[in-house]
Amino acid sequence: MKNTWLIYRKELRSYFTSPIAYTIMALYALIFGLAFYIVLERFQQYASQAQMRGFPMSINEMIVAQVLGFMNQVGVFLIPMICMRLFAEEKRSGTIELLMTSPVRDIEVILGKWLAALALYAIILAVSAVNLTFLFTYGKPDWKPILVSYLGLLLQGGCLLAIGTFLSSLTRNQIIACVAGLCVSLVLFLLELFTAFKSGVVWKALGYISVVGHYEPFTKGVLDSKDVIFFLTATFFGLFLTARATESLRWRA
Amino acid sequence: MIKVEGLTKRYGRTVAVNNISFEVEKGQVVGFLGPNGAGKTTTMRVLTCFLPPTAGTASLAGYDVLEQPLEVKRRIGYLPETPPLYPEMEVGEYLTFVGRLKGVSRSDIARRVDEVEGLCAIGDMRDKLIGRLSKGYRQRVGLAQAIIHNPDVLILDEPTAGLDPKQIIETRELIKDLAKAGAHTIILSTHILPEVEQTCERVIIINKGEVVATDTVENLTHRLRGSESVAVEVESRDGKLDSAAAQRRLEQVAGVSRVVLKQSSDQRAAFEVESLQKAAIRGDLARAVVESGWNLNELRPLSLSLEEIFLELTGPPPMPSEASK
Repeated sequence: MKNTWLIYRKELRSYFTSPIAYTIMALYALIFGLAFYIVLERFQQYASQAQMRGFPMSINEMIVAQVLGFMNQVGVFLIPMICMRLFAEEKRSGTIELLMTSPVRDIEVILGKWLAALALYAIILAVSAVNLTFLFTYGKPDWKPILVSYLGLLLQGGCLLAIGTFLSSLTRNQIIACVAGLCVSLVLFLLELFTAFKSGVVWKALGYISVVGHYEPFTKGVLDSKDVIFFLTATFFGLFLTARATESLRWRA
Repeated sequence: MIKVEGLTKRYGRTVAVNNISFEVEKGQVVGFLGPNGAGKTTTMRVLTCFLPPTAGTASLAGYDVLEQPLEVKRRIGYLPETPPLYPEMEVGEYLTFVGRLKGVSRSDIARRVDEVEGLCAIGDMRDKLIGRLSKGYRQRVGLAQAIIHNPDVLILDEPTAGLDPKQIIETRELIKDLAKAGAHTIILSTHILPEVEQTCERVIIINKGEVVATDTVENLTHRLRGSESVAVEVESRDGKLDSAAAQRRLEQVAGVSRVVLKQSSDQRAAFEVESLQKAAIRGDLARAVVESGWNLNELRPLSLSLEEIFLELTGPPPMPSEASK
């Protein structure tokens, strides 16, 4: 696992020596801030009405779940940008030859790269989580559902990153990897949207594989093994495909 | 050290390398010579376990490239045609990364990086971003990367391509230094002939995916010519030289098949002497000249230049009509 660690460190460093990490981080933070502001404002309006009628108000449900649910969808479209360069860039510049002629297993390279992308995503999430600390200053939200929500974000992120890593290993062009990733994201996103109105086995199955849908229980603070297993399986599947793709690279090249 | 048997590599329908076999002994410096597209890079990529062979086997220090790729990779330093560099990394950082990846231990890595930086003369560049380096320095960093783990075998794909003449000379010197140390078996590919003459002990000439010749540079010259040619210049010690007499004297030397007068003046005469197959005549020629009371001004074996050998072996370039097929 020493090799995985080496690759991981190298990848993470190169994220922060290029503008990619900062751009995505800034974009995410900006969108998070705006969403948080809008949801907070609406909450205030409701709160004054609700107080008059005597309804109980939940910060967790009405703010945190709303914002994180929305940010999860935003993440779906930002993640392809995080992992587009992982393999495509190495293939373009020829450094893939260095990695593949070093005494390292393919899977160690893949894991290192994927973990670095996941770490970057975690950092992005952590930075934007600063917003939520305001809630603790002015209210008493339950921190457990928040933690579960973030765990869900990471799990889903890991799964989409694995798919993105796979796409990146198919091409030597980062832009193609990114566009393909965005297409996959769009399909998953729409699948979730459409299947919500449909019944029947096929639609259900389609709804099940739309990654996005598995996140919702997390926002309610529900840690359902069914969804956790789905994310982990999908992640494994993505990384497995990447391994096959790198292997086939040797045979086709 | 390296053993290649019946190696074939196909890309789809194109045959890049067709049934080639060769062996390289430990400590040898071997030149892989061939025109562009002859299959040099492909062969190297198979040896470095980057590509699997379609048929045949290749092994290094007894380890097969397909069966035990990790063992092979541990023992190989490889400089691809474009040095595999990360422009966003600093030189020292990059070498440390590669070294660790190639299995240099944490306690040794700083020392190794220092050593290869010294060898490749890139010590001043340690804190520079690789992306900012000139082509020559990049090539050196590439070479440093290949030797960082002190590999048994060094595989260099066109190590001097794209460098300016000064850098080419420096790179060749560096390769020679590495060879002199004796610890490395080196295979380098090139399509530049003098490079092979200057740096290699043995040549493997490859064309259209097949080995057309493999031998030492001298033997190759010799074999192709079939006989040895020697340029001889004779000078009389005093007064005039009878060039006809000199020619007769040379013809009498055992093993000489033909003597051609090339140039003559009052005092001097230059001949080209051809020997019979495999006969060593230089010593006898020298003695004959001196014993006859003349001065021996020049005695120089005329070798076929590698350029001529190469053209002879790889044949004339295809006719336009053939090429368009």
